[in-house]
Amino acid sequence: MLPFFNNKLKHTIHCQFCWFFQWSIFLAYNFIFDMKSSLFFSVALLLLFTGFYCEAQSYENAQHHQCLKCHSNQTYSFLNSVKKKEEKRLMNPYFIIDTVALTHGVHKQFDCTDCHSGEYATYPHNGNLKLEPMNTCLDCHGGDASFAKYRFEKIDEEFKKSVHYRVYGENFSCTKCHNQHTYTPVARNSSNVLEIVDYSNKMCLSCHNDMKKYKLFSGHDNPKLVEVHEWLPNQELHFQHVRCIECHTEVVDSLMVSHDILPKEKALKKCVECHSSNSHLKASLYKYQNLQKRAEDGNLNSVLANESYIIGTHQVPLLKLLSIIIFLLALSGIVVHSIFRILKKK
Amino acid sequence: MTSAEKLYFYPVWLRIWHGLNAIGILTLIFTGLSMQSSIESSHILAFNTIVKLHNIAGILVTLSYMLYFFGNLFTPNGKFYIVKPSGFLKRPIKQAIYYAWGMFHGEKAPYPISEKRKFNPLQKYAYIMVMYMVVPLVIISGIALLFPEIIIEKLYHFSGVFVTAVVHSTMGFFISIFLIVHLYIASIGKSPLENFKSIITGWHHIH
Repeated sequence: MLPFFNNKLKHTIHCQFCWFFQWSIFLAYNFIFDMKSSLFFSVALLLLFTGFYCEAQSYENAQHHQCLKCHSNQTYSFLNSVKKKEEKRLMNPYFIIDTVALTHGVHKQFDCTDCHSGEYATYPHNGNLKLEPMNTCLDCHGGDASFAKYRFEKIDEEFKKSVHYRVYGENFSCTKCHNQHTYTPVARNSSNVLEIVDYSNKMCLSCHNDMKKYKLFSGHDNPKLVEVHEWLPNQELHFQHVRCIECHTEVVDSLMVSHDILPKEKALKKCVECHSSNSHLKASLYKYQNLQKRAEDGNLNSVLANESYIIGTHQVPLLKLLSIIIFLLALSGIVVHSIFRILKKK
Repeated sequence: MTSAEKLYFYPVWLRIWHGLNAIGILTLIFTGLSMQSSIESSHILAFNTIVKLHNIAGILVTLSYMLYFFGNLFTPNGKFYIVKPSGFLKRPIKQAIYYAWGMFHGEKAPYPISEKRKFNPLQKYAYIMVMYMVVPLVIISGIALLFPEIIIEKLYHFSGVFVTAVVHSTMGFFISIFLIVHLYIASIGKSPLENFKSIITGWHHIH
């Protein structure tokens, strides 16, 4: 673990610039007045500045954030010390942060240097900083009771079985799929299945549908998803209504979202795996508590739409019951009628 | 048996329609039930094959429905489907009472088949309901499900595809019930097989 990293990070907003500025005022004040009694006022002044500058450091206003004022822009400027002049360059698109998504992400309370090296506070940045190892998600989330319900260790265990880990090893970090800057637990919080599907599939597509990113990592071209899935009827609708991981992971009951991504040969290909009363989706996409809760609420929507992946009337329990009753009534009518016909004939 | 006792009831086009429709509907019911219950029927037919068969049979029934629809529109056969306002409810009730009571007590059929009357009132109503309401609905919803991208996304807060699927299978269910009753009622005749022979040969015996 990196030395500057605090495993028990709390809701703190701090930045090296602020501290340097505040401490220099504090020291200058004491030096000039040399009054121990003024310590109280010094602290008060310190707190005032802390409040003032930390607010400015929040993600809400990217233009006033020391890091985001460059990293939310397409370009950046720096003083070329060799040429002795200011230069403007294009920002690496992968280093541009979506500031709106950032303020909605689960990590929004952390400042950049909570995870990135504090030395990034100096600008232009020291080029060697890039070579330093980054923190991993488990540095924070592993072995911590407050995150126990998310079962990060189990996720890690499952992920280690996945094709991603087996092919690319430790190089394939959580952040390859889960953007640490903008991640939101949509699968847990959203009651809209389509939103869950969209969010999840975008994680996969961020590489599998991105030539550059895919090749950077795998060294070869990405397969053409539409062609590969040509066998799938109503491909577009399937892509909108179910997640890639529905077919491409091994479902584990103890996890909310399976992380054991299967090799393509092992992916589900049988329609009935989903389109049946014993649907695979019950254990995956429709597993979420919010949906279970809706089913318990018993509102019409959940009662009617809960099993819409099953083809036909039987997905509506009321209609299923009615159809059985009507069928039995018709059948018994016929049986009784034919008995009378036979009896009367004799 | 004289020719006066025989009526040429079912012209060739009608028998072709009826035959195609019978094959199509039977296939649709079998494959539809199989899909609905998602029977893992790989030892009979794989799910994908079942879906394909259902689609093909659906198109067959749609085409044969065209034959039926235009046949009734442009030939005299259509007049058998015209409902008279007088005795709108009385007439079918009378027929129902005959089936439930009269026929077991030696009563004569209240609306015997003749050259002018091909269907008894109950039969007429059932055929109109099935052929001009249920089958068109099943065809329209079936075409929609063949091209689900044309279905509206949401109907109030229900998924459009879901509503269409429920309509489709509900109508399919009514057709199945109709078929069972249709086959049974057809067995009511001089001999149980008589009516089945008629729809193949075209000739109907008047007793």
